Amino acid sequence: MAAISERAFFYLRRAPAERLPPPAARAGALGWLRVNLFSSPANIALTLLCGVGIVWAVPPLLRFFLTDAVWSGSDRAACLAAPEHPMPGACWPFVRVWFSYFVYGFYPTGERWRVDLFFVALAFGVAWLLWLSAPRRDIGALYFFVVLPILSFVLLHGAPLIGLSVVPTALWGGVLVTVIVATVGIVFSLPLGILLALARRSDLPVVRLAAVMFIEFVRGVPLITVLFMASVMLPLFVPEALAPDKLVRALVGVALFASAYMAEVVRGGLAAVPRGQYEAAQALGLTYWRTVGLVILPQALRVTLPNIVNTFIGLFKDTTLVFIVGIFDFLRTIEAARADPHWAAPTTSVTGYAVAALFYFVCCYGMSRYARGVEARLARAGRR
Amino acid sequence: MANEAQGAQRHPRHVASVAIQVILIVLIGGLAYGAVFNAVRNLARAHIASGFGFWNNTAGFEISQTLISYSASTATFGRAFWVGLLNTLLVASIAIVLATALGFVIGIARLSRNWLLARLAGGYVELVRNVPLLLQLLFWYNAVLKSLPELRDSVALPGGGFLNNRGLFLPRPEFAPGFAAVFAALLVGIIAAIALRLWARRRQERTGARIHFLWPALALVFGLPLVAFVLVGFPLGFSLPEMGRFNVRGGLEVLPEFAALLLALVVYTAAFIAEVVRAGVLSVSHGQTEAAQALGLRSGTTLRLVVVPQAMRVIVPPLTSQYLNLIKNSSLAVAVGYPDLVQVFAGTVLNITGQAVEVIAITMAVYLAISLFASLVMNLYARATAVVER
Repeated sequence: MAAISERAFFYLRRAPAERLPPPAARAGALGWLRVNLFSSPANIALTLLCGVGIVWAVPPLLRFFLTDAVWSGSDRAACLAAPEHPMPGACWPFVRVWFSYFVYGFYPTGERWRVDLFFVALAFGVAWLLWLSAPRRDIGALYFFVVLPILSFVLLHGAPLIGLSVVPTALWGGVLVTVIVATVGIVFSLPLGILLALARRSDLPVVRLAAVMFIEFVRGVPLITVLFMASVMLPLFVPEALAPDKLVRALVGVALFASAYMAEVVRGGLAAVPRGQYEAAQALGLTYWRTVGLVILPQALRVTLPNIVNTFIGLFKDTTLVFIVGIFDFLRTIEAARADPHWAAPTTSVTGYAVAALFYFVCCYGMSRYARGVEARLARAGRR
Repeated sequence: MANEAQGAQRHPRHVASVAIQVILIVLIGGLAYGAVFNAVRNLARAHIASGFGFWNNTAGFEISQTLISYSASTATFGRAFWVGLLNTLLVASIAIVLATALGFVIGIARLSRNWLLARLAGGYVELVRNVPLLLQLLFWYNAVLKSLPELRDSVALPGGGFLNNRGLFLPRPEFAPGFAAVFAALLVGIIAAIALRLWARRRQERTGARIHFLWPALALVFGLPLVAFVLVGFPLGFSLPEMGRFNVRGGLEVLPEFAALLLALVVYTAAFIAEVVRAGVLSVSHGQTEAAQALGLRSGTTLRLVVVPQAMRVIVPPLTSQYLNLIKNSSLAVAVGYPDLVQVFAGTVLNITGQAVEVIAITMAVYLAISLFASLVMNLYARATAVVER
C-alpha cells in the first residue's frame, strides 16, 4: 500500500507552477488596438492593406472637394486648369449659380414662396407621422393623407379663385418634383397597399386572385416598363379629352408600382398579428372592417413601420427613373445643368453628381437610421 | 368556437360576399372594356396598326452591339427583339457573377474581427445603398468613362489592348476548329467531377471513410481541358485590335455603355448581396459553431459542413430576389443607350412602329417570364433544403 501510494501521488505538484505572463492588456486604447487591429499576423496584414487604401483614396478626395476646389467664379473659366492651379478640383460656383434651378426647376421666381410653403407643410406632416410619441397621430395621418394632398395641389398648381395663378406642371422641376413624386408615391401606395394586402388575405377567391395577379405582375416587371406603360399606354386607354398631364402619368405609374411593393410589406405585418387577435375581435362581435381597422392594422402597421420606411427609401431612389420618361426631377436638372456650355469644364460633371449623391444619401441614410431606431424600440417593447 | 367562426368566414354563404366579388368582376371587366374601347378608337384615329404583324417587318435601324448577326437593311423587328434580349441577358449574367463575388467578399469583410476592414465594408454598403442606381450609372458613364482619353491618346494596355472614351478594345480570342475538343474535355471533366462527388458521398454514407474530393475534381475540371488543349496543338489565337486614324479595327470591343452598366449593376447589387450574406451568416447561432468544435471538428470543417449549409438556406432566397432586381435594373440601360431589351424594343421599335400596347406587353411578358421562372426555381430549392422538422 505504501509503495502504491507513493507512486500514485507522484504526479502531485510539489512546487508552485511557473508564473504565466500577464494577459495582454485588453483594456485601454492600446488594448483595443491590439484586439481589433493587430490580433494576428493576418489581421495585421489586413489592417496595413486597409490603411494603405485609405491613404491612397482619402487625401485626393479631400483635395478635390475642398483644398483644390474652386469656390468663386462666374463661368467655366474659373473651373478650367490655369497656371496658378494646374489641377482644379470641384467647381462649386456652378452649383451656386444653378442651385435654385436644382430646387425649383423653372417654377416662376415670384411664386416660389408657394413651393417653400409646400415643403414646410410636408415637413410638418412627416414629422407628425414619424415621431412615434407625437399627440393625436390619427389626426396627423388624416392631415398627411387627406388635407396635405389637397393643400399641395392648390398651392403648387394654383387656384385662380383665391388669387394663386396657375403654374403648369411643365415648369415644375428639381427637388420639388422629386419630393412630389416620392410623396404621391407614399400617399397613394400605403392605402392602396393596405387594401391589396387585405385583399390578398381575403376569403373571397375573386378578390384574392385579383390582388395576387396585380401584385405579382407589377413586382415582376421593371419600373421603367411601368413608367413607359403609364406614359404611352395610359393616354390610349382614356378618351382623348381626358388625356392626363405628363407628370400625372408618371405619378400614376409610380403609385401603382409602389403599392404592389407596399402590399407585400403590409402583408408581412398582417401575418405577424397572432390569430388570437382576430378571434378575440370576432368574439367581441366586431365586423370585418372594425376588426381590421381597430385591432389588426394598428398592430400590423406598428411592427412593419421599419419595413415601410425601407420600402419608401427604395421608392425615393426609384423616383430618379421618371427622368427617363422626360420629367424634370432633381437628377434631370443636374443632367441639364451639366450640359450647359457656359459651365463646361472637366470637373463640372463630377461636381454635379457629387451634389446629387449627397442629397440622396442624406435623405436615404436619414430614413434608414430612423427605421433602425424604430426597430430597436420595437425590439425593446417586445421584451418582457 | 374559433374553428366554427373561421369556417363561416372561409365558406362565404353571405349574399354580401358574393355581391362584392360580382361587383369586383364587373368593375375590372368594365375598366378593361373601357380601356380597349378607347384604345381601339384612339389607335384608329392616329392610324396606328394593331396586332403583331410588325414582328416580321424590316427594322431598318442599327444596333451598336449585336451578339447574333443583324443588319439594319434586312433584319426584322423580331430579330431586333432577340438582339436586345440577348444583350440584356449578357450584361445581367456577367453582372450577377461579379456582384455575387464582390458581395460575398464585402459581406464577410463586414463581419471581420478587424475593426478597420469591417468599418470600410460597412461604409461601402451604406454609401452605395443610399445613392440611386441611375445616378451611379450616369456617374460611371459620363464622369468616368466619357472622361477617358480621346482615341489618339488611347491608353495602351499590356497584351495589346486599348482603352479610350469609345470603349475598351481587347484581343479577341479566335478559336481554331480543334477547340471543340477542349470544350468537350471541359464538359467531360465537369460530368466526371459530379460523378466523383456522388460516388464519394455514397461511399462515405456506406463506410464512413471520407475521400478528399476537391483536388481530384479540380484536376478533372481544369486539367482535362488543358491536356486536350496541348494535345490538339494550341487551337487558339488572338486577333489584336489595331489603332486606325478614326477608329480601332478588329479585336473585341467593349462598349463604354456596356462597361458603365456593368460597373453600376455590380457595385450597386454587391452592396445588397453583402447585406444578405451578413444576415445569413449571423443567422447561424453561435451554439452551432460551439457544438461543432465540441465534436472535434476543425474550424475549416466547421465552416464548410455546419455554418455554410445553414447560412445558405437563409441566404439563397433573398439572393435570388437580388438577382431578379439586377435583371430588372439592367433596363436602366436605356439611360446611357446600351442596346438592351428595353432600349431596343420598348424604345426604338416602339418609336418606329408606334404600337405601344403590343411592344410594352411583349417587353413586360419577357421580364415576367424571367421572374416567374426564378421564383419557380426558388421554390424548388426551398423545398429541397427545408429543415425536416420532427
